[in-house]
Amino acid sequence: MKRRNFVNTSFLSSISAAIGLPIVHGSYLPKGVIPIGFVEELGNLPGKRSEMIVLNDRPINAETPPHLLNDMLTPNDLFFVRNNGLPPASVDADNWTLTVEGESAKTNKSYTISELKSKFKSHSLNITLECGGNGRKEFNPPAKGNQWGTGAVGCAKWTGVRLSDVLKDVGVKADAVYIGYYGADNHVSGDKTKNPISRGVPIKKALADDSLIAWQMNDEDLPVLNGYPLRLVIGGYPASCSGKWLEKIVIRNVVHDGAKMGGQSYRVPCKTVAPGEKVKDEDMCIIEEMPVKSLITSPKTGATIKVNQNMPVSGKAWTAAKGISKVDYSIDFGMSWKSCTIGSSSNQFAWQQFDTEISFDKAGYYEVWAKATDSNGATQPIILPGWNPKGYLNNACHRIAVKVNA
Amino acid sequence: MNRCAQMLISKSGILFFILAFFFAIAILPACNESDESKTDSISEESFQDGVVNGIDTLTGLAFDASFEIVRANCITCHSSKLITQNRATREGWKGMLDWMRETQNLHDLGDNEEPILDYLAKHYAPENKGRRANIEDIEWYILDGVSD
Repeated sequence: MKRRNFVNTSFLSSISAAIGLPIVHGSYLPKGVIPIGFVEELGNLPGKRSEMIVLNDRPINAETPPHLLNDMLTPNDLFFVRNNGLPPASVDADNWTLTVEGESAKTNKSYTISELKSKFKSHSLNITLECGGNGRKEFNPPAKGNQWGTGAVGCAKWTGVRLSDVLKDVGVKADAVYIGYYGADNHVSGDKTKNPISRGVPIKKALADDSLIAWQMNDEDLPVLNGYPLRLVIGGYPASCSGKWLEKIVIRNVVHDGAKMGGQSYRVPCKTVAPGEKVKDEDMCIIEEMPVKSLITSPKTGATIKVNQNMPVSGKAWTAAKGISKVDYSIDFGMSWKSCTIGSSSNQFAWQQFDTEISFDKAGYYEVWAKATDSNGATQPIILPGWNPKGYLNNACHRIAVKVNA
Repeated sequence: MNRCAQMLISKSGILFFILAFFFAIAILPACNESDESKTDSISEESFQDGVVNGIDTLTGLAFDASFEIVRANCITCHSSKLITQNRATREGWKGMLDWMRETQNLHDLGDNEEPILDYLAKHYAPENKGRRANIEDIEWYILDGVSD
């Protein structure tokens, strides 16, 4: 049986310090078990770097500061964590099974991970995942939930099989409209009859070539907090569609009605509303494609330079559309814009690099703003986009502060 | 594995479970165990390290007469950070309690609901941020290597 001891010694000794008691033989703690209530005081999340910004420790939610998203592939220990429930306490990857069933499945089938690997062709794709609520913090009036800044996004190389290959192996009936997932995570209340989250995507998206069932992230096992040992990876949609600790997929003849598919969760007003307006559940529509967005990942905000000194600026841009067509930047609060050079992407949904070099001929306080435009012609607003009750889809342009000294 | 090592592991296992049990009673009253509202504060004297500038240092929550009620009812199931990072009107906080009742097995708060809502609306009220706030909390630093 494969076990990974991700609860490290320093983590346990800090718990001991916090409670004034030794945690004797902490290495025998089952994988994934963190004595609840201690993460907050301790900082480091299992498998994640201390620079991660922890918004919530129960359930765990943590984002990446923008200057640490400078890699083309976000390292596993810097990839954001958005948990709706508590990760499974222990995982036996060798005996893990994925079951596929549902009203619109021609039959029921279960696969171990090794069966998935041997039965279907493996694919690796670089895919950006972004939480639907990334940027929620900026909405006014405030929206409830984890107050994400800019860092609930990352791009990794995911290895797995096509979701469509597995669905076709089970057989998809003609009346299929949606798939839904179920994971092994537990509801925060401890109620075993409740799922923390069970979302999904329209059948057309599920059957797309780039929708994956993945067991690897950047050529390593998935991190525990990112769904080890198996997850969905659905590019261009809110990351909540990419179910973690994946145990079951249902092929539905209706729009999937699992936890956080209805009500106000991951849904926005079907018709735009004024800030603060009350919107009834039945007037809310499920978010599908995520909007075009970009981040300046270098330099870190707060850079101080001298007049006429060259400052390289780079970042990442992503979209649910075919690709990014241009990225512009402004150093005069949006009065004028210039173009950055943009890099290509290996496949759709991989984020693209943008670069430029800026120098300032007068001392002062500046902001560098970046604004991406995608192949559909959609671009980023410089103020907040349309308000919605739960604060989703904030793709306002990213800004960094720069001070130029004489 | 030799017999000695097996003994050691078995003893450690027992120790671990004793400690786990201690954690369970000291820190984790079951979230969905009863319908009664919880007013008793959890016995965890040893974890208390006081109040600084009106903030309880352990939980990060504002400290006032309703603090104990909020602590006993709200942060057994979720982190106190879920409270401190959010801002809402009394009505908005009421909406969150309703959502937790409907979907998250929140127990009946009984007479504690009013003081809890008063507390949340007082300490965690929304501020008008406009359509885009200034960039805040900037840590200025000298950018090195720009001539590369």
